[in-house]
Amino acid sequence: MSLLELKNIYKIYGDLHALDDVNLKVEKGEWLSIMGPSGSGKSTMMNIIGCMDKPSKGEVLLDGVDIAKESAKNLTAIRRDKIGLIFQQFHLVGYLTAIENVMLAQYYHSVPDEKEALEALDRVGLADRAKHLPSQLSGGEQQRVCVARALINYPEIILADEPTGNLDDANEKIVVDLFHKLHSEGTTLIVVTHDPEVAEVAQRTVYLRNGKLHKETINENFTGEIKFDNEVEI
Amino acid sequence: MFFRMIFGTLFRQWKKMLMIAFTIALGASLATAMLSVMLDVGDKVNQELKTYGANITVVPKENSVLSSLYEVEGEGGTGAYLREDELGNIKTIFWAFNIIDYAPFINASVKLDDGTEVSAVGTWFNHHMELPTGEQLDAGVTSMRSWWEIVDGKWLDEQTGSADGAMVGKALAEKLGIKSGDTLHLNGTVSDISLNVVGIFDAGGDEDDKIFMPADTAQSLDGLDGKIDSIEVSALTTPENDLAIKAAKDPKSLTIAQYETWYCTAYASSICYQIQEVITDSVASPVRQVADSEGAILEKTQLLMSLITILSLIGAALGICNLVTASVMERSAEMGLMKAIGAQNSSVSGLVLTEITVTAVFGGTAGFFAGWGFAQIIGHSVFGSAITMRPVVIPLVAVLVLIVTLAGCIPAIRMLLRLSPCEVLHGR
Repeated sequence: MSLLELKNIYKIYGDLHALDDVNLKVEKGEWLSIMGPSGSGKSTMMNIIGCMDKPSKGEVLLDGVDIAKESAKNLTAIRRDKIGLIFQQFHLVGYLTAIENVMLAQYYHSVPDEKEALEALDRVGLADRAKHLPSQLSGGEQQRVCVARALINYPEIILADEPTGNLDDANEKIVVDLFHKLHSEGTTLIVVTHDPEVAEVAQRTVYLRNGKLHKETINENFTGEIKFDNEVEI
Repeated sequence: MFFRMIFGTLFRQWKKMLMIAFTIALGASLATAMLSVMLDVGDKVNQELKTYGANITVVPKENSVLSSLYEVEGEGGTGAYLREDELGNIKTIFWAFNIIDYAPFINASVKLDDGTEVSAVGTWFNHHMELPTGEQLDAGVTSMRSWWEIVDGKWLDEQTGSADGAMVGKALAEKLGIKSGDTLHLNGTVSDISLNVVGIFDAGGDEDDKIFMPADTAQSLDGLDGKIDSIEVSALTTPENDLAIKAAKDPKSLTIAQYETWYCTAYASSICYQIQEVITDSVASPVRQVADSEGAILEKTQLLMSLITILSLIGAALGICNLVTASVMERSAEMGLMKAIGAQNSSVSGLVLTEITVTAVFGGTAGFFAGWGFAQIIGHSVFGSAITMRPVVIPLVAVLVLIVTLAGCIPAIRMLLRLSPCEVLHGR
């Protein structure tokens, strides 16, 4: 059984079909990139996978449970327990320090543990910046705090929306390296991006256009190097 | 973690929270000032009104019956008297603290040496009393006739050995050519006495034709030691209602519960009833016109203050409502994030409510003390005296501030409950 399966997903806003009959499977431990131009439905898809929105039609099976039928309260619980979110805009709480931002995810999940939060910051190389406020951190550092917050509760899926969209090359490399590390530890990664360099390092990339899955590429020589050797038209 | 978040909001976003605290403080200060003034305005207005005279008169029962039968007002002349030594008992009744002042009156028939008859009145000026309760009291016309204008000389001071002094009404003084410092020789039915004219007063009424002297002096002239004709009492009273009117007609017509309510309320009629209980063979009756006017003025003043208090609280609630809603809207991304990483609606609402409640405690406390100051300014400006802070104001203001603050949070909380994380995090 796949960890995540989207079956005939539609998301309709009036006359606009933001997602139009999308089918997708994500296996446990897989690193998937979702690419597409602006307005192709990437963020809508991320919202649905991330339990922040429901499809207009179709099934979204996460660990075999159709989350499209769950109540808002249950969706919050599923999101809290199974999904780690990383955003393009970082979305750190401005009046909390880096470590407190990480502990915030622990607080809503179970019990805050300062030592564990510090270890998470250490994994992203920010242990020495733990007591800094977001305003005292660079963009790359803020995104790494965001990664630490996403992984603190050992989620089944880490869902990243344009995680390098606001970063320079150096910080982009640091974040992608972190993803590699998480993937090698068995974490399932779904990265929504429009940056080919970020997308191509994933095991598999799906392309969205006008709300439909347009094509899919599989990186058979998945090593972190950019190499597309198999392309399948959908 | 919860307290770290509260700490973070309050101290790292102190400018925003200070604005909310300031609005709450403003509302709390208005509520405190208005409530304090409203609760004290009754006594203040009553005290102001009391300077214009007594609102209860006590006469011997026999005189009262004759007055009622023949509808005659004024001096009795029936030979019935009240006992001066019972006057201290008035300050021992259930509503003793509402008795502000009182004075006895004894009329004496006196003649001058040339045979001219003049009206003389014996009374207390600033009579000092040691009460049975151990309290001390200075009572008399010096404070009860505060509107008398002293046109020559000064008030008679019983406590500095002016027992052989007298005060003469302006009209009589002009008629007899008397001025302060003169000596008057008065002949009573039993004895005669020489009195120093201490002051000439202008009362603007019948009293201008009379001589006022200490009660014991007047009593000795007619051999009426320890006897008095009437007592005027100035008391703080509650406006009369149906129960008070019914009781005034016949207290025995009340049920036990009604009787207790009436007896334990400072109605003029219940105070009169209690005075009758301690003064032998007396009838105490309210000066209805004064009591009714006082009640009407008091009710209108309190209604005005209540309306101002309610309006100021509504104003504060609207201010808090706008500020909290603006603050939540400003932090919608933060709230959306909390929801996105697993916070339930109750957690986010609880956080906002706690932040606002803590802010309300600080703002409310500051506002309370500011309001207390405002109340004193109002008290000194309007009444020329401090406003007494009633203990009940503290819980009242606390509850009002809490209600107004929480009510002000309702739109913000409703917005929070509707807030979808994907809308604020991805703009959809």
